Amino acid sequence: MLSPEGQPSLKVRRAGGIRRRLRLLPVLPSVLLLALFLLAPVAWSFYASFTDVALSGKAAREPAWIGLDNYARMFGEPGFPLALWLTVVFVGASAIAGQNILGLALALLMSRGNRALSRAVGVTVVAAWVLPEIVAAFAAYAYFSRDGTLNQLLGLAGVHGADWLYAFPMAAVVLANIWRGTAFSMLVYRAALADVPADIMEAALMDGAGGRQRLFFITLPMIRNSIAGNLMLITLQTLAVFTLIWVMTAGGPAGASTTLPVLAYQEAFKFGDIGYGTAVASVLIVVGMVFGVFYVRLLREAKQ
Amino acid sequence: MSPPLGAGLSARTGTTTAASALRGRRRIRWTANAALAVVGVAFVLPLLWLVFASLDAGAGHATRVPRELSLANFAAVLTPGLLFVPLVNSVLLAAGTAVVNLLAAVLAAYPLSRHPSRFTKPFMYSVLFGTSLPVTAIMVPVYGLFVQLNFLDSVPATILFMATTTLPMAIWMTKNFMDSVPLEVEEAAWVDGASGLVALRTVVLPLMRQGLGVVFIFVFIQAWGNFFVPFILLLSPSKQPAAVSIFSFFGQHGAIAYGELAAFSILYSLPVLLLYTIVSRGSGRAFAMSGAMKG
Repeated sequence: MLSPEGQPSLKVRRAGGIRRRLRLLPVLPSVLLLALFLLAPVAWSFYASFTDVALSGKAAREPAWIGLDNYARMFGEPGFPLALWLTVVFVGASAIAGQNILGLALALLMSRGNRALSRAVGVTVVAAWVLPEIVAAFAAYAYFSRDGTLNQLLGLAGVHGADWLYAFPMAAVVLANIWRGTAFSMLVYRAALADVPADIMEAALMDGAGGRQRLFFITLPMIRNSIAGNLMLITLQTLAVFTLIWVMTAGGPAGASTTLPVLAYQEAFKFGDIGYGTAVASVLIVVGMVFGVFYVRLLREAKQ
Repeated sequence: MSPPLGAGLSARTGTTTAASALRGRRRIRWTANAALAVVGVAFVLPLLWLVFASLDAGAGHATRVPRELSLANFAAVLTPGLLFVPLVNSVLLAAGTAVVNLLAAVLAAYPLSRHPSRFTKPFMYSVLFGTSLPVTAIMVPVYGLFVQLNFLDSVPATILFMATTTLPMAIWMTKNFMDSVPLEVEEAAWVDGASGLVALRTVVLPLMRQGLGVVFIFVFIQAWGNFFVPFILLLSPSKQPAAVSIFSFFGQHGAIAYGELAAFSILYSLPVLLLYTIVSRGSGRAFAMSGAMKG
């Protein structure tokens, strides 16, 4: 049914618009879930961070608006700046340096080494990643404890090892997280390396390019999108690590391995100060959002 | 930008260079193998403790080959209260989460994949943005929300929350898998008079069942291993999954019963190790990766 100008009549167009909107109806359950369980908590987190809401007592029933007090307290107390710093160390050392470089190295080694050996190593690395987080945390705890495997090995070499979880808690959780998470980077880089055309490599080899030159001038530039995507994802994953640290050191001793997720948990549930806990959580959410924006832009550019 | 082929090559082809190249390549291979072996040993050691301790009646923190192999640790944890109830709870939580994910993600992916509109792109990028939210960061506000809504200690509410945390990734993967089912197959069904949702059920879903399996297992593994969410949201021990009960067990008996802890850990880990093996067989691993990574 066409109107004189050759355009669909208004009525038909409107009916089409409604039908088109009805088609979107199946998206609704997802939208409702995301709104209720993801958006609402984020919004409530920002709101509650300006109140003194507590786990129990009067401040639990009638929380008062206290403005920026929680945020002022954050930077006034040593706990938060330390946790922020330890989070940066944890993400930088275990994800950006550790998992990323070791994952890339493993992927490169596997393309050169013996096939059966590569498979066996691949299965081992992936096993640490597929295990439930709490089991991995127990295994890491036993490994680093005073009479654990690490000190046994050092003992064989004649070195008397330290009590790692107390003396060097950050080093222990960083190493444990490298052990736990390298598989992801390894899988990403194996897939990326498989996509590098073999003839380009061969051509470079024929031209006399050395191993290091091929790596830095051909391989790495060709997989740069995978590198960027991987860095984003492991940063976000590592930012959220709680269980591993909680089981191994519980953030201690004396806050020496308390990252932001652990601090938010302790303030909210151990000390009952939900308001301050949500303030810490809000900072973490904002950091995650900043990385999220970069990640989305990165994928959008890669697609275009 | 392919480099010039062959130029300057002929001058350097000789038997001596070929032999030294071969030697060089062998050396690289040997170095690669040695490095791989070192990393492999470093990664296997913590796992070795788990296996040895579970079979050793007198296990401690140290890794040692058991003096005599014993299944006493397994026998000790194979009781209803210690193992079966928590494992059933884990199955309920993980399967429930995966089912909710699959239902919501398939429904959402269908219009997004089949009727792209100006909402599609912004919606997909918001979903992608949602995958980057650190879930541990929102647990404090979620606890507050659950208190307000009287959802605390409710298994269905916990399932819905856990499903939502993996939903962005599930929608993203499901849409990618659905995009790879050609539209023509479905148009034939439309011509035969099938409505959109009927065509989805009878034509599209069967064709993407491998992808759906990957999404299901992917979500199931994540939910199965989730400790923090049920730790915060489920309070009664009778509702807690194995991840939480193992933690309380460790707190109460861990200082003495390392062998039992290891045996419990192994029994609890077996299902996900098995599921992962299923997905990674065939094209699964690269498949899951591409579903998750590509735009």
